[in-house]
Parts: sequence; structure tokens; C-alpha cells
Amino acid sequence: MIWQPVLLSIKVALASLIFVFLFGVSFAYAMRKWDFPGKAAIEALFALPLVLPPVVTGFLLLILIGKQGPIGCFLSETFDLRIIFTPYAAVLAGTVVAFPLMYQSTKAAFLAIDSDLEDAARTLGAGEWRVFWTVTVPLAWHGVVSGLVLSFARALGEFGATIMVAGNIPGKTQTIPLAIYFAAESNDLSQAGFYVLVISLLTFSMIWGLNLWSRIKKEPNYQKGALR
Amino acid sequence: MKKWSSFVLIGMFAACLILAGCGGNQPVAPKAAEAPKTVELTISAAVSLKDALAEIQTNYQKKNPQVKLLYNLGASGSLQKQIEQGAPADIFISAAPKQMDELSAKNLINTATRKNLVENKLVLIVPLNSSAKLSKFEDLTNPAVQKISIGEPTVVPAGQYAQEVLRKLGIWDKINDKLVLAKDVRTVLTYVETGNVEAGIVYKTDAASSSKVKIAALAPEGTHAPIIYPAALLASSKQQEVAKDFLAYLSGPEGKPIFEKYGFVMGK
Repeated sequence: MIWQPVLLSIKVALASLIFVFLFGVSFAYAMRKWDFPGKAAIEALFALPLVLPPVVTGFLLLILIGKQGPIGCFLSETFDLRIIFTPYAAVLAGTVVAFPLMYQSTKAAFLAIDSDLEDAARTLGAGEWRVFWTVTVPLAWHGVVSGLVLSFARALGEFGATIMVAGNIPGKTQTIPLAIYFAAESNDLSQAGFYVLVISLLTFSMIWGLNLWSRIKKEPNYQKGALR
Repeated sequence: MKKWSSFVLIGMFAACLILAGCGGNQPVAPKAAEAPKTVELTISAAVSLKDALAEIQTNYQKKNPQVKLLYNLGASGSLQKQIEQGAPADIFISAAPKQMDELSAKNLINTATRKNLVENKLVLIVPLNSSAKLSKFEDLTNPAVQKISIGEPTVVPAGQYAQEVLRKLGIWDKINDKLVLAKDVRTVLTYVETGNVEAGIVYKTDAASSSKVKIAALAPEGTHAPIIYPAALLASSKQQEVAKDFLAYLSGPEGKPIFEKYGFVMGK
């Protein structure tokens, strides 16, 4: 079934996106709000998945969530859950490698906000939750959305860590990048080409859409010209 | 000594070549006291031979300090392409006959020197602390074995051999949904080492390199094509004699125990 890896990849990338959004935004917010010893070290740790070769990230994840790993052991003994070699492992891999992109992008957007605006909301009696959703997020929206798009693209294209922890089980955990790799290596260039086309179109249209959207937000009159 | 004289001969030959290029100069015999020049020997070899070759290098250079061995290790297919593009090398050791055959067809190797250097075996491995009772390949159908890792057969040679064995034994279809197809044989080893699969199929040499796995079974004779590592001198090598000498050393009484230590069987 030729569309199976495509559907799986989209599902995995979307699921990763939910986690990346939750963790990325909350950590970016927390890091802006609070100062504590070791903050710089934690920030550096957050950037690691960006610099480590994905195969290494995958190996570390395998050690952690594998059958004999600390997290893997805990999950299987407490919840009878085995995530290695399942699509959930692919979601985990996607989340880990995409997280730094979301975090960096959101943090930059949060830092660019004039905190006087938030303080103004507070003096008017808004609670922290309300300030966050009605002042902080709308002002940082652009950074959050571009972080989401980049993260989605990164999770969609994830290969190294995914193949390590999700394995390569055709029909079950074989995502588009894995299908491309094995098709290309076995010289099935038409199949590899098909998947390359699909993943390129998906990513291209998303990033193009994002650029268009941000342009329109900045100059509302741009819309007419761009769509023509 | 035979080796010594061959080096002197090469040295003289090299001197003649250099002098021949210098037109009217009077030929001068090389001084007898002069030590033979250091010769660099480049060996392009399949990366699976890495550990064995490293040990051989130490031993060989102790005996032959004037020969400097340089290894270029990689996937056999990549090495083949490098040689086709004219990369300098004296000896090629491939992990399968295919790459050698292709170079041979292009007259890039010295066919007379070609030999089957070593052979590898295919084995079934389990984690060291495994409680599953596996003693033969057929036991893979046992329900206690939930996941089995092999190399992706279309891409990884070890996976191709594994598929051949499982088909021959008539259990391929029965275990198909337990398979995790790895992108290389080292990943199979990692999966077994970390206990994430109950069993894996790798080369005997891979199993020998890990202390966290044990061999449960050897692939029965005749269930897969022989896994042969051919070696040959390259036609472009300018040091045919030294290279021949090293090739003989590899398959001789000094190379043999080292290859066997790392799990290889000497070629026939």
C-alpha cells in the first residue's frame, strides 16, 4: 500500500506537534518568567537534539525507553506499555528532534514582547492565565506558528532517531523518510521519487503558506497581489 | 632473506625509473649501505574486517618496518566506486564477490592474484541474559519470540542471507510479522544487545565483537550462499611485489589465527 507511509508520517508528525506545542510553549514561557541556577545548562540541553546526529539521539532514546532502559522498564511494569518498535516511538523521536525548533522560535517571540503590556494587563486585574492567553500568546503568535510549521516539517522528515526506536516495520512503523531510504538503496528509484515528491510538496506548501500568511499579517493589502 | 632482496630489487627498479627520466646523466648504482625506502601500501577493505586488520597491521609492521600499511575502510560498494574513479590503492578486499567481479570486468584488478581470503558465517544471536530457549533457527516460530531483527533484505547483505536461510527452512512466512528490518547489521546487534528484540541474525564476526550477546545457532550448511571475502591486487598498483607479499601474509600462518579470532573462517 503506497499511501500507507504517507498517512503514517502525517499522523506521527501531527501527534509530535501536539507534544512539541505543549512542551515548547510551556518551557519557553517558564524560562522567560523564572530565573534559577543552572538555567543556562538546561537551555543548552534543550538545544542538544538539534546538534546531535539523529542516530545518536535515537540510540540514547533506545537506551532510555528500550525494554531494559529505565523509562522502558517503568512503562512496561506499571502500565504494561511497550512503545519501542511502535508508531508511538516514532512520535517520541519526532517530538524530541523537533522540540528545539519550537522552543527556540517561541522563546525568541516571547522575549520580543514588551513586558509593560503584560504588566498593564495585570494592573487592570487580569490573572496570569488570562494575561498569557490574551496578551502574551497573541503578541507572540507569529513565532509560535513558525515554530509549529518548522517542527512539523522536521518531524515529518525525521529519519535517524525514528529508524532506531521505531524500527522499520513496513505497514506499521515505516514512515516516508524510511520508505525513501530503503527504496533508494534498493534502486527502486520510481518509488523513492514518488515519496520524495510527496514529502517535498507537503513541506514546501506548508512553508510557503507560512510565509504568505506572515506577509499578509504584516501588510493586509499584500493578499490580493500574492494570490494572483 | 627473500623479502629483503625483493625490496632491494624494487629500490633499484625505482632508481632506474627516476634516472631514466633524467636524460644524459650517468647511471649511478645505489649505495649498498642505503636502507630501502619506506613503501606505502594502501588497502581498501570492507569495514567488517576492521578489527582483524588493525591487529594484523601491528604485527606486520613490527616485522616489516619499511612497509607502511594504510587502510581505507568502507562499504564494499563505496570502495568499488572509489577504485573505479581512480582512487589510489594497492589491494582491494571486498565483503562479497559482486564488487570484485565488477572491477574485474573493467580490468581494474590483477586477476591472477585474486583469492577468497576469508569466509563469514551467519548466526542466530540472543541477548546474553536471554531466558528464551533458542537452539535452532526453527525455534523463532516460538511465541515467546515476539520480535526478531534482521537487516533489510533488499539493502543489507546480511539481511539477504538471513532471508535466504529463513525461506529455505520454510519459516519466513510464519515469522514475517515479528521482523524489525534494520538499515545495517550493526543496528541488529544493538537491538539484541539492548534486549529490544528476542533474537537477531548477524554475521558470526559481529556476534564475536559483542560481549552482550550469545550465539544460539549457526545457519545450517547449504541454507545460504557462501559469504566470501575476495581479495586481489589492483592492476594500477605500482608496488605489485610488496602488495603480493602482504596478501600472502594475510592468508598465511600469521594472518590465519587473527582472522579466526575475530570469527572468520579462512577461504578455500
